[in-house]
Amino acid sequence: MDQKRKIRVLVAKPGLDGHDRGARIIARTYRDAGFEVVYSGLHQTPEEVVQAAIQEDVDMIGLSSLAGAHMYLFPRVVELLKEKGADDIVVCGGGIFPEEDIPKLKEAGIKEIFTPGTPLREVVKWVEDNVKPRS
Amino acid sequence: MGIAERVTSGDIRAVARLIRDIDDKVPGAREVLKDLYPSTGRAYVVGITGAPGVGKSTLVDQMVTHLRKAGKTVGVLAVDPTSPFSGGAILGDRVRMQRHSMDEGVFIRSMATRGYFGGLTQSTRSAIDVLDAMGKDYVIVETVGVGQDEVDIVQSAHTTIIMLIPGMGDDIQALKAGILEVGDIFVINKADREGADRTVSDIRLMIEMDEKRYRNGWKPPILTAQAVSDIGIEEILDEIEKHHKYLTSSPRRQSRVMYEKARNDLVEMIKDRIVHEVLEDIIHSGEFEEVLQLIVERKIDPYTACDTIVSTRLRSGSK
Amino acid sequence: MSQDESLERIREDTKEWQQVFQESISKTPERLKRFSTVSDRAIQNLYTPLDIEDLDFSNDIGFPGQYPFTRGVQPSMYRGRLWTMRMFAGLGSAKDTNKRFHLLVNEGQTGLSTAFDMPTLMGYDTDCPKSRGECGRCGVAIDTLKDIEMLFEGLPIDRITTSMTINPPAPVLWAMYIAMAEKRGISRGIIGGTIQNDMLKEFIAQKTFMCPPRPSMRLIADTIEFGTKEVPRWNPISISGYHIREAGSTAVQELAFTLADGIAYVEAAIERGLDVDSFAPRLSFFFNSHLDFFEEIAKFRAARRMWARIMKERFEAKDPRSMWLRFHTQTAGCSLTAQQPYNNVVRTALEALAAVLGGTQSLHTNSLDEVLAIPTEEAATIALRTQQIIAEESGVGNTIDPLGGSFYVERLTKDMEEEAFEYIRKIDEMGGMVAAIEKNYPQMEIADAAYKYQKQIDGSEKTVVGVNKYVTGEELPVEILQIEAELERKQIEWTNQVKNTRDNKKVKDALEKLGEAAQRDDNLMYPIVDAVKEYVTEQEICDVFRDVFGVYRDPSVY
Repeated sequence: MDQKRKIRVLVAKPGLDGHDRGARIIARTYRDAGFEVVYSGLHQTPEEVVQAAIQEDVDMIGLSSLAGAHMYLFPRVVELLKEKGADDIVVCGGGIFPEEDIPKLKEAGIKEIFTPGTPLREVVKWVEDNVKPRS
Repeated sequence: MGIAERVTSGDIRAVARLIRDIDDKVPGAREVLKDLYPSTGRAYVVGITGAPGVGKSTLVDQMVTHLRKAGKTVGVLAVDPTSPFSGGAILGDRVRMQRHSMDEGVFIRSMATRGYFGGLTQSTRSAIDVLDAMGKDYVIVETVGVGQDEVDIVQSAHTTIIMLIPGMGDDIQALKAGILEVGDIFVINKADREGADRTVSDIRLMIEMDEKRYRNGWKPPILTAQAVSDIGIEEILDEIEKHHKYLTSSPRRQSRVMYEKARNDLVEMIKDRIVHEVLEDIIHSGEFEEVLQLIVERKIDPYTACDTIVSTRLRSGSK
Repeated sequence: MSQDESLERIREDTKEWQQVFQESISKTPERLKRFSTVSDRAIQNLYTPLDIEDLDFSNDIGFPGQYPFTRGVQPSMYRGRLWTMRMFAGLGSAKDTNKRFHLLVNEGQTGLSTAFDMPTLMGYDTDCPKSRGECGRCGVAIDTLKDIEMLFEGLPIDRITTSMTINPPAPVLWAMYIAMAEKRGISRGIIGGTIQNDMLKEFIAQKTFMCPPRPSMRLIADTIEFGTKEVPRWNPISISGYHIREAGSTAVQELAFTLADGIAYVEAAIERGLDVDSFAPRLSFFFNSHLDFFEEIAKFRAARRMWARIMKERFEAKDPRSMWLRFHTQTAGCSLTAQQPYNNVVRTALEALAAVLGGTQSLHTNSLDEVLAIPTEEAATIALRTQQIIAEESGVGNTIDPLGGSFYVERLTKDMEEEAFEYIRKIDEMGGMVAAIEKNYPQMEIADAAYKYQKQIDGSEKTVVGVNKYVTGEELPVEILQIEAELERKQIEWTNQVKNTRDNKKVKDALEKLGEAAQRDDNLMYPIVDAVKEYVTEQEICDVFRDVFGVYRDPSVY
């Protein structure tokens, strides 16, 4: 029977920054869009994020960072996914980023970057367009 | 290597994906479960249920810590409700167990209750089998004790723990009807709060009153704990062990328990299959809505409607 | 005409006017279906004396410097002295930040405010694995007293006050500051400043936490007691609503939860055996100034009146200074947009003006690029100039509480006071703020408000210029400050060097003494000051706390 597969997403906060307003709003938004959202909680290392993503078999990881450590944390998540053969999991990021970091992050394998002020429906639409539940 | 082999060799990715396939009802998953079945039956399954906020995830987290210290491997299934409005869910139980995330001996998986028509019980049971087959010594299943589905899930465990917190006086009365009778162990968490003694004696009274309900010789112990401060965890694990011994000490009891469990499992599996074959199918085809409309307009009675649907579907044979 | 007669007449006139108004909008309908504040409070078309009928001038409004201090804590307010322009700064290494501090002091800033990097804020040294990639990113990296010595080198700390935005490790950083001053021959009795040290709002909002709420309260009581006895010019706590608001609360929630936190701290200090009037004058507050101009002004005025009432009626304070709610304000970081970033200058100016009309004691104005990165010098200077223009060109400081008596502002002030007291009553019923936090009550309230607000922006019920209205494709480029990538390695090397040259026997002894004191009920500030003087690192001290008191874990409320 062809039941539509649900999109599973890990919303994660790598690093020591505790500003989780955005992450929590995104988690609710994804839930309201019909996704299954696993929330990692605060203060995660990239290793912990990747381990959770694999155990939970998510289709996408949404990383949130507001304290400037994204240039280490985000690419490290992508790198670890590759090491574990799980680089089919799409990674995107949201938070505060200097303009010039964005192309660098994309080059490092972060598929999309969302900055403050992005409408929630755009964030959802992006997931619907770019993340396909595994078949 | 086939998927079943990868699972039994402990391949985390394979396990994670298989559970997803089970949850999504991918037909191939069933075949893998058949292959895995010979490797199951070794893990000890503990179910934990209770109202939101009683501290289930925190207790699970502490139990995992103690079991790991004792050299046991653990699988955790944390079940959270799906939003009836969007069909989505936020699964946040993992947060309280995050310190185990890098431990290879622990596998944590969050599951959502999903559909309107059950099926949760079945997929959770299958997920237990997968974690069992991957070699976990213990599988702990955590659910919010609100609906029948959740009760059924914990009932498929070897030992079922019902968690409460002080000050739930009226709630206990309400719970009585549903989940209390499936409890093998009662844990009053946050026992430093006012009213803990009262809750303990309320539960004790209930057990005393319903003694005939509690099968042969196992009288559910009532324990107090403060899971957040790691107080009372050893005692809970001791009682689980005692219950385990109780279940296995007499061969007659053991085979009866296995019979009951197999019976429950089979009934659930058949129910799930029928829902899957009949109900979901007619919903997808649109027939359900049509018939529903006819009933609303009183052009047909629901008895006839049901008979027609079920007999035609079931007679067409399994697919 | 008697007052009653006069009100009667206004009542009749108002009825008549409302008819005229209705006729008018039947021709030209109102712009919006519903007029509301940023916090979604419904606003009437007009306010008249009828709306403040329940207010009594002497009891509710009164005079500046007099109970209930609605109009300001000092009699002269800005006619006497302007607010302190205190710009938050911190980046990279202690040396880099020291340079920025010198620049700000030369530009006319009258107080220092230190931002620390995430590892420092969380009680980890730079070489801790959890700190990877974080060194110096959102503030200055501090591992040992050596860093604090460099941070304040050449700055007149006997004349200017220093604010340190730090929470779980606040006792450690404060001890380092005291030790640094004493090494320079400046006694602890003279130095002035503030440590944020407000853990309750961390559990509620900012999530920089270390130990669970109850031991955290003990550390805070230690600092209040120590400050009262040893460092009388220091504010040992800055009870903060800023982060509560940034986490998405409404204005009333910010007001209520902050004052409820304050009540919890006062109770903890009294339990310690301190007389309320011995420490209460040194409690300071820190609020957010968001975009809704009048709502914010009303919030500040309500806060002052509420705190005065709480201190007088609930805690029976006698000293009027105990009833003063002195506060620092920062403009709302969450109101800034990455789109069309130059608009942020205007937003900040409006927010700063609200803070000044609300009677703030000190003010930080955000830089236009803060939504993108740590501010550049140029952006930080514009932000400071914004305050200077308000202070010296706009004339708003010419009279005290210029909006006092405004029908609208007084009504808002009163409504917000009542609603906030209602929250406080609920929290009291739960057993106080610590118990409420353990039940996740304020966290849930804020999460709901934040989600609702975001939905309103998404649905264009609320306008954000450049984001959901007046959107342009083209963006003016903004210059961004980048932190040197090598910094982390250099800082680790530097701290290792300090560790190799200190007396490690003394370090061990100091940590043992601290551990023992933590097991007992001793005031921990004394052994902490002793420890930092031996160049014990921040994390070495915090690890003792984590060992003895346990680690708080995020309850994940969304």
